[in-house]
Amino acid sequence: MTSFLNGLLRLRRGPWELVATILIAIGVFMLMQPFVIWAFTYSFIVTLVGTVMFIIVSHFPE
Amino acid sequence: MSYRTIDRGAAATPEPVARKIRGLSDRAIAWIFVAPTIFLLLAINIFPLIWTIRLSFTNYKANRINREPEWIGLRNYERILTDSDIWLNMQATAHFLIWTIFFQVLIGFALAWLINKKFKGNDLWTTIIVLPMMLSPAVVGNFWKFLYQPQIGLFNYIIAFFTGKEPSSFEMLGQVNLAPWSIVIVDTWMWTPFVMLICLAGLRSIPDYIYEAAEVDRASKLRQFFTITVPMVLPFLMLAVLFRGIENFKMFDLVVQLTGGGPGSTTELTSINLKREAFEKWRTGYASAYAIILFVTVFGLASIYVKALNKVKER
Repeated sequence: MTSFLNGLLRLRRGPWELVATILIAIGVFMLMQPFVIWAFTYSFIVTLVGTVMFIIVSHFPE
Repeated sequence: MSYRTIDRGAAATPEPVARKIRGLSDRAIAWIFVAPTIFLLLAINIFPLIWTIRLSFTNYKANRINREPEWIGLRNYERILTDSDIWLNMQATAHFLIWTIFFQVLIGFALAWLINKKFKGNDLWTTIIVLPMMLSPAVVGNFWKFLYQPQIGLFNYIIAFFTGKEPSSFEMLGQVNLAPWSIVIVDTWMWTPFVMLICLAGLRSIPDYIYEAAEVDRASKLRQFFTITVPMVLPFLMLAVLFRGIENFKMFDLVVQLTGGGPGSTTELTSINLKREAFEKWRTGYASAYAIILFVTVFGLASIYVKALNKVKER
């Protein structure tokens, strides 16, 4: 956990990619889940933030 | 002979052009060769994407080209993301996506595993299994429509044979609870061979000496399967899931031919709904926003898969 937080603070690719991946996965789940419509409403912004973040952080150093 | 041809070619090049080429660096010449491809890529992929993004913020209608489109900001996105019908379409797409991938991976891997065993007529069986993949989705949709006919369809008779039900007592394409499964069955029938071929490539890439070493260490067949076969085929399987996931997210022709999105809107996948908005209701701006939402979702999913694939390959 400490190494993950250190990686985030030092702008390392691994932990930031993990955050972006989690955001995308949550966004896609929110888009297609059958439970609550508010999750569907906010799904796009979550996926978009995750995808843009993924593109940016994949250029961070290892 | 070839020198002469080159010499002749060089002699035919006008002197000012030849002088210019001689003065160019290798990098510049490389750019000259690559430039047409980059230009085409920009014209065919990037420009339409940027144009669609622009249109998604307007109320543009493609059937009223004389009317100036009005800038409406994020209203299209707001409408789509608060529409309960589109939410239902997303759920229908999720049902289709999850179950087709599940069955295709399961059956495709099992078939590949069987085909990988050396037996007589191996090649013939591979050809027969691969046949559905070679057909056009429109043709497949059409003949499965006949197979699903409650009165004359073969599918209903097979189900009736095993369950004892009347063949005409259920309608695969007409019943709300069965229609989503009918499209899953057809897509699985058509695209399982594709997954099988990818898995087969993975299975054939495993060297025999690894299994021989496992035999020497007295590893059971089950252990060999879970510690050698599955991990080594995993990158191939993930590739198959990526391809099928993206393809099925965009699924259109097969489902339109089979159910047309019905009954009601139970099999109306997002791509069918998008086509209706764009080319039946002519709400181009709205459809553009819809397309961008789908694009971002597929792009995000593809990013995750590519990352996972690289990680598995590194192992």
